[in-house]
Amino acid sequence: MWTVFFALFLPVFALPFLVILVASFASGWSGAFPSGMTLGHYQEIAHGDSPHALVTSLVTALVASLAALAVGTWAALAAQALRRRGRRVMDALFMLPVAVPSVVVGLSLLVAFSKPPLLLNGTPAIVIVAHTVLVTAFAYQSVGAALARLDPAYEQSAASLGARPSYVLWRVKLPLLLPSLTAAAALCFALSMGELSATMMLYPPNWVPLPVSVFGATDRGALFSGAALAVVLMAATLAVLLAVSRIRTKATYR
Amino acid sequence: MGIRFDSVTVRYGDNTVLDSLDLTVEPGEVMALLGPSGSGKTTALRAVAGFVTPASGRVLIGGRDVTALPPYRRGIGMVVQQYALFPHLRVEQNVAFGLKARKVPRARITERVTEALRMTGMEGYARRYPRELSGGQQQRVAIARALAIRPEVLLLDEPLSALDAQLRSGMLAELARLHRELPDVSILYVTHDQIEALTLADRIAVMDRARLRDCGTPQDLYRRPRTEFTASFVGNANLLPVTVDGGAVRFGATELKVPVDGVAPGATATLCVRPHLVGLGEGPNALRGTVAEVQWRGATHRVLVDVDGHQIKADVRELRTPPALGEPVSVHFAAEDAVLLAAGVADG
Repeated sequence: MWTVFFALFLPVFALPFLVILVASFASGWSGAFPSGMTLGHYQEIAHGDSPHALVTSLVTALVASLAALAVGTWAALAAQALRRRGRRVMDALFMLPVAVPSVVVGLSLLVAFSKPPLLLNGTPAIVIVAHTVLVTAFAYQSVGAALARLDPAYEQSAASLGARPSYVLWRVKLPLLLPSLTAAAALCFALSMGELSATMMLYPPNWVPLPVSVFGATDRGALFSGAALAVVLMAATLAVLLAVSRIRTKATYR
Repeated sequence: MGIRFDSVTVRYGDNTVLDSLDLTVEPGEVMALLGPSGSGKTTALRAVAGFVTPASGRVLIGGRDVTALPPYRRGIGMVVQQYALFPHLRVEQNVAFGLKARKVPRARITERVTEALRMTGMEGYARRYPRELSGGQQQRVAIARALAIRPEVLLLDEPLSALDAQLRSGMLAELARLHRELPDVSILYVTHDQIEALTLADRIAVMDRARLRDCGTPQDLYRRPRTEFTASFVGNANLLPVTVDGGAVRFGATELKVPVDGVAPGATATLCVRPHLVGLGEGPNALRGTVAEVQWRGATHRVLVDVDGHQIKADVRELRTPPALGEPVSVHFAAEDAVLLAAGVADG
């Protein structure tokens, strides 16, 4: 069993990442192995627009994932209060951005927000809005699933003790959902960090997220610089996810 | 404050889970709602708590109609089977929850939390988290949390069924002691366990299939059940189909001398005798049969005797030499230990 798993896992999942990592340090690569190692690609990208692209990506992902978490949680709480048919409509509505190709989502936002009164085209806001729309579906789904698992006895005990619904929400439901909320936020953050197709349709010249730079570098043939950028993107995403998981374990009922 | 159910009916779709319940719990009284699962007893409790809305009828607490009030405005304490302590709060924070939600001043909260923990014997555990406590300790905290808001009505929904047998009898004594300490609190106690109901309750309301079947003091229900359901559910009585014949009744060919007051001659009726009041061997009102099963229960033997196709249960003191299966044997009972239930009253 395990050998089969590794035989499949290694070449399909692990090796490509390893190749990217090695390529980011390669001075040239024509045979089976790179011809030499260098830090040149990292020095090169450190002096270009890439640090700005990294900050752009981090800010976009942070704002988009927090907004998605707020909207998704709110919607999931509202959906729980609805009857079955209303809940189905909500589910379908929030599945829409997942079901529709993200290029289409990008295009539709471009069309919708290119004229006053909602002129967002050409601003960083349109990229953040697009990312929020795309990742809210995942926040909605994972918070909704956690809410369905929450034992109604907690809420009812709180109510019988005299707690109003808003007090129950802030003091009981949200604290009990905290692990699921941080997990949902981490998932949204990771998805936003890697988003390319809708971003390509929308990004203004002063707001170029890192995946766009990776694409740009490989597109003009600078494969090794592209690899270095990709490694930076992976490392940044992983670092944030690790930090979030540390907060999570601390927050899980101490 | 008492509780009053005024023909309360609860339906889920077409399914009636509580059928026009009329019942009054007096101030300071312990009322047990006893019945098998699906009898509507938990639904009745949830109607008092405000978690189900009656299709018709009213629920009154202390004379006030609360049918339309949301749960958080009813001022009742509730303890459920699975405790439902808030896992992210310490014991003292759990107990303080209702007081904080009601904006009780901080100094008073500390005082009441200490008092509630003292009453339940949990004062040493204030700083613990629920997951650090055993099931019995969690149940005590759940009771402390409900008592801290000083409710005049306490709802207990199968509070002991998640505990093992030994803890259960200890907690039963604790609950009885708590009620002596708080004599003004009315308690509605939902259970399927007749021992809990008989031990704790001032009165028992027996429920079956969405309806109230019987209501009375434990002694009353045990000694003088009014329906077959009560007789078999409370104390697992022997029920024999008989016909009234003059001053006695007939079970098959055997004449049994029992009080027949109030039942017309010639009518069919059900004779109810508790297993522990049935003796083995010859005596008055003897029935002849064969031994169908013998169960050893420590201090007692339960002998099942087959008489004309009816199994009669006899609980007797442990026998040195229990009868063998298939052995012919007689069972008997005293006339004053039998209760005759007229047919028709059976399942009102």
